[in-house]
Amino acid sequence: MAERPEDLNLPNAVITRIIKEALPDGVSISKEARSAISRAASVFVLYATSCANNFAMKGKRKTLNASDVLSAMEEMEFQRFITPLKEALEAYRREQKGKKEASEQKKKDKDKKPDSEEQDRSREEENDEDEERLEEEEQNEEEEVDN
Amino acid sequence: MGLQGDRQPAANSRGSEKMADGAVGKDKCGEPRLVSLPLSRIRVIMKSSPEVSSINQEALVLTAKATELFVQYLATYSYRHGSGKEKKALTYSDLANTAEESETFQFLADILPKKILASKYLKMLKEKREDDEANDDESDNDEAES
Repeated sequence: MAERPEDLNLPNAVITRIIKEALPDGVSISKEARSAISRAASVFVLYATSCANNFAMKGKRKTLNASDVLSAMEEMEFQRFITPLKEALEAYRREQKGKKEASEQKKKDKDKKPDSEEQDRSREEENDEDEERLEEEEQNEEEEVDN
Repeated sequence: MGLQGDRQPAANSRGSEKMADGAVGKDKCGEPRLVSLPLSRIRVIMKSSPEVSSINQEALVLTAKATELFVQYLATYSYRHGSGKEKKALTYSDLANTAEESETFQFLADILPKKILASKYLKMLKEKREDDEANDDESDNDEAES
């Protein structure tokens, strides 16, 4: 491959931190052990990717998705990872949704035009968390009308 | 995406990946990040796999997270099963033993070979040679095993 060797390694500092947090306090890790775990992690990524890719191909898809990765974990006999991974996925999706809404809100503030149609549509799509934000929008509308 | 880009430190974020970079530490809101390993680097490793065309962002995040879980698991498993427990240390040989003895970690056997002293290895070679010679002597009487 054209990648340089160091590009296929993961940063030492992060790997070390993950190891230290997993082991009991006061346990030392030899440099050799650390380096070995880092290499093992890279191999794990390759193995997981290859396995996930098989699932994608079975589904006639060219893009690896989340369920391919989860299926790969099952296949590789790392079932213990599946629950924490699903939780992480949920958290990630919530985070992405929050960011998307935050940037849409910023756009609306910038426009300063009450676009009631858009708001009605987004009201249907949003969930409970967003009712608070809608109240804010209505307040803004009122302020603009006053002006 | 040029290869030079990957020489930058992990905490750096390129424009297109600014939401995706799992840098160490906390994000703007002070929340602990979902993932500590840098997504850009994980992506490079994944893309080095020949059959892979593209990777959806969620798959990238999950792979990074799975890798962290893997590092934790490998470290704790090796420590628990290793001889280093009395020494309160995790050594290379703990890891090599894990790769050899645990089915789950067998895929690591080639990259984490067990180490032996050169003198021990030479002794093993010598003993094998002596065994082979002894077998040759007997082969006139016994059927050859192949």
